[in-house]
Amino acid sequence: MTEEIIFAGFGGQGIMFMGKAIAYAAMNEGKRVTWIPSYGAEVRGGTAYSMVIISDEAIASPLIKDPTICVAMNGPSLRKYEAKIKTNGLLVVNKSIIDIEPERKDIEILNIPVTELASEAGDHRIGNMVALGALLGKRKIIALESLINGLKDIVSSAYHNLLPVNEKAIRKGFEHGSR
Amino acid sequence: MCGNEALAEAAIIAGCRFYAGYPITPQNEIPAYMSKRMPEAGGVFIQSESELAAINMVFGSSLTGTRAMTSSSSPGISLKQEGISYLAACELPAIIVNIMRGGPGLGNIGPSQSDYFQAVKGGGHGDYHQIVIAPASVQEIADLTMLSFDLADKYRTPVMILGDGILGQMMEPVEFKAETKPEIKKDWILDGCKGRKPRIIKSLILSDGELEKFNLKLQKKYNQIKDIEQRCEVLYGDDSEITLVAYGTPSRICRSVVEKLRKKGKSIGMIRPITLWPFPERAFKELAKNVKSFLVVEMSCGQMIEDVKLAIDCARPVHFYGRTGGEIPGEDEIIKEIEHING
Amino acid sequence: MDKIFEKPESIRDTETHYCTGCGHGIVHRVICEVVDDLGIREKLIGIAPVGCAVIAYDYWDFDVTEAAHGRVPAVATGIKRSLPDRIVFGYQGDGDLGAIGTAEIIHAANRGENITIIFVNNTVYGMTGGQMAPTTLLKQKTATTPSGRDEKKHGFPLKVCELLSVLPGVVYAERVSIHNPQNVLKAKKAIKKAFENQVKGLGFSIVEVLSPCPTYLGLSPQDAVKWIGEELTKEYPLGIYKGAA
Repeated sequence: MTEEIIFAGFGGQGIMFMGKAIAYAAMNEGKRVTWIPSYGAEVRGGTAYSMVIISDEAIASPLIKDPTICVAMNGPSLRKYEAKIKTNGLLVVNKSIIDIEPERKDIEILNIPVTELASEAGDHRIGNMVALGALLGKRKIIALESLINGLKDIVSSAYHNLLPVNEKAIRKGFEHGSR
Repeated sequence: MCGNEALAEAAIIAGCRFYAGYPITPQNEIPAYMSKRMPEAGGVFIQSESELAAINMVFGSSLTGTRAMTSSSSPGISLKQEGISYLAACELPAIIVNIMRGGPGLGNIGPSQSDYFQAVKGGGHGDYHQIVIAPASVQEIADLTMLSFDLADKYRTPVMILGDGILGQMMEPVEFKAETKPEIKKDWILDGCKGRKPRIIKSLILSDGELEKFNLKLQKKYNQIKDIEQRCEVLYGDDSEITLVAYGTPSRICRSVVEKLRKKGKSIGMIRPITLWPFPERAFKELAKNVKSFLVVEMSCGQMIEDVKLAIDCARPVHFYGRTGGEIPGEDEIIKEIEHING
Repeated sequence: MDKIFEKPESIRDTETHYCTGCGHGIVHRVICEVVDDLGIREKLIGIAPVGCAVIAYDYWDFDVTEAAHGRVPAVATGIKRSLPDRIVFGYQGDGDLGAIGTAEIIHAANRGENITIIFVNNTVYGMTGGQMAPTTLLKQKTATTPSGRDEKKHGFPLKVCELLSVLPGVVYAERVSIHNPQNVLKAKKAIKKAFENQVKGLGFSIVEVLSPCPTYLGLSPQDAVKWIGEELTKEYPLGIYKGAA
C-alpha cells in the first residue's frame, strides 16, 4: 500500500498540520512516512500545501506529482490538483467555500461541508480536522484512533485543552466520510 | 521531525555546545531549535549580527576545543567563506550547514544545489578543502551530522553539511543513535597557558617558503582524507547499462525512477555520492568498467557533472539533466531523458 | 643593586618589527604589565588583529590567536562564551575596528560581552601603506587622501568611544593617549580598569589609545607625539566616556 496525499488550501487553514497529523499517526502504526511542506513566503496568504506519503515499503522520492488523494480546502487548490489525481483516486472537497464542481469522472469525489461540521463540533475554525476525519472515513489508510491518539504529541501542551473539540471534529468528519 | 530539527538535535547529541547563526530561509528551524535546546544542554546559542560574525564566533569557540556549528543558506554561506578559509588555515574543526536555496544573488527560497562548486572546490580564498557531506533523508541527516563532528575533530578541518530546502523542511521518522565519544585529545587548544607553554593559533605565515610548506602539509592531510573518507551508495552497480548520478533530494527522485524502470526490466542503476568532497572517485572508476553511460541529475545547471567526468577520466559518456532556480526535476522528465539517451 | 626596571613576564624577548616612534610597542608592553599586575597571564587569551599588530603574538608570552580583518570581537565572543572563566581581550586598530569591523564591535558591545578591547587609534592604515582610516582627521593627508580628508568626499572622523558609550551593554569606555610618560601611566590605569571589569564579570570594556605612527604621519617621532598632544586630542578628547574611573 502506498498513498500519496496532497493537502492544499489557504495559509492559515491548518494545511501543514493536517499532513503532520496523519503522517505522525501512520508512523506510530509502523508505516513508512514522509512529509514535505510548502515553505517560506508563499505560505502567507497564497496557496499552501503539504505532501504526505504513507507506505508499507521504503519511500524513495518524498515528492508527489500525481497524488492518489487530494484534500482541497479552497477553490484554487481544487483547480490546481484535480487534473493531477491518479485514476480511481480521491478528491476531498471543502464544500463550505468551494463552489466550483470537479469535472473528473474517473476519480472519487467526497464533498464535505467542513465549516458547518466544525461548528457543530464546537469550533468553526477546525475544518481541517473534519476534512481529515472524512478522508479516513472514506479511505481506511490508518485507524481513526491512531490519528486521535497522536494529536497530543504534536500539539503544544499549551493547547491540550482543545484536544476534545478536535477529536469531536475528526469523528464528525469520519461519520460523514463513511456514509 | 523535520530535517533541520533532526540536524540540530543530532548536533547536540554529538556534543556540539556552541551555535551561532543569522536568520535566513529555508534553515530557520535550526537556530530556533538550537535557541531552546542549547541552553538545556549547557551550551551557547548566539543569534549573531551577521553570517560573518557567526562564522568568526564559531572560529573563537572552536579554538577553545568546543564542538561548534553554524548554519545558513546560500547567500549567507557566501558571507561565511572568509571565516571558512581561516578555519581551514588554522586547522580548526567546525560544522557549517548549508541548506541551499536558489541563486545567484538573492534568488529564491526554493530548493537548489547550485552551491556545489562553492562547497567542494574551496569557496573562500586559498589552497584548501573542506569535507562536504550530502545527506538524502532525515535519518541520514541525523547520522551524518554526528559523523561530521567526528570527522571535523579527527582531521581538524571544517566540514560542510550540504542540504537543500526540501531536505531541511521535510519530515520523516528519525532515530537518534546514542552519543559516541571518540577519544580525540585536543592538545592544541587555547585555554590559558597554565602549566604549559603559550600557544598561538594563526594563519599568517610570512617567512620565505613557509607558507608553501604549510600548504603542502595541508594537501597531505587532504590526500589522507581522500584515501579514507570517500562515501557513496550504489544501486544495481553490477549490471546497469545506464547509471544515474545524484545526491540529496534529486537522489530520492532518481531512486524512484530506478525502481520503476527496473520493474519494467530496464538495465539501470544509480550512484549517490554521500561525501561530495572527497568525491567517491574509486566507486566511479569501478562502475565505469561496466556501465555504458552516466546521467547526472542535479538541481543546478550542471556542477557535479564535472567531478563525474574527472572521476572516470571521461571514459564513458556523461549526460546531464538539471533543473535550476528552485525547481525540482520530475520523475517523468528524468525518464524522458533516459529514453532520449537510449535513443 | 636594586632592579628598578625589568621586562614584564608576559612579554617575549623579541626584537621589535615596529617602525621608529611607533606606539604599538608601548601599548603591547602596557598590556603585559597589567596582565602581570593582575596575575591573569595563565588564563588569558589574546586576539591579534589584521594590521601592523598582526604579529602581536611574537611579543606576547601567553595564548594568542589571530582574527580575520575586523572580526576580533566575534572571535572574542566565541572564546569567552565557550570559556567564561578565562580572560579574553582583543587588540584592534582603527581600520579593523572602525571600518571593516564596525558591525562586530557595535554588536559585541551591545550584547555586553564580558571582554576587553584595546583599540589603537593612529589615524592611518599602517600595514598597507598609510591610507585613510575612519579616524583620519579632516584635511589630514594620506595615501588615499592626497589633498587631505574632505568631509564631503570621505565623511568625518569616527568617534568610537563616543559612539559606543551610548550602548547599555558597555560598562567602560575611556580614551587615553601615550604621547608622553604621564599619559602612558594614565593609559595603563585605564587598561587595568578594563581588565579588572572583566575579571569582576561586569561586561564590555574598551580603551581607545591615541598612538603615534610617525612613518605615515610624515613626522619625526618627536613631532608625532607633539602632534598627538596638540592636534589629535582636540578632535579626540581624552577622558572617560562611560563608567567610573
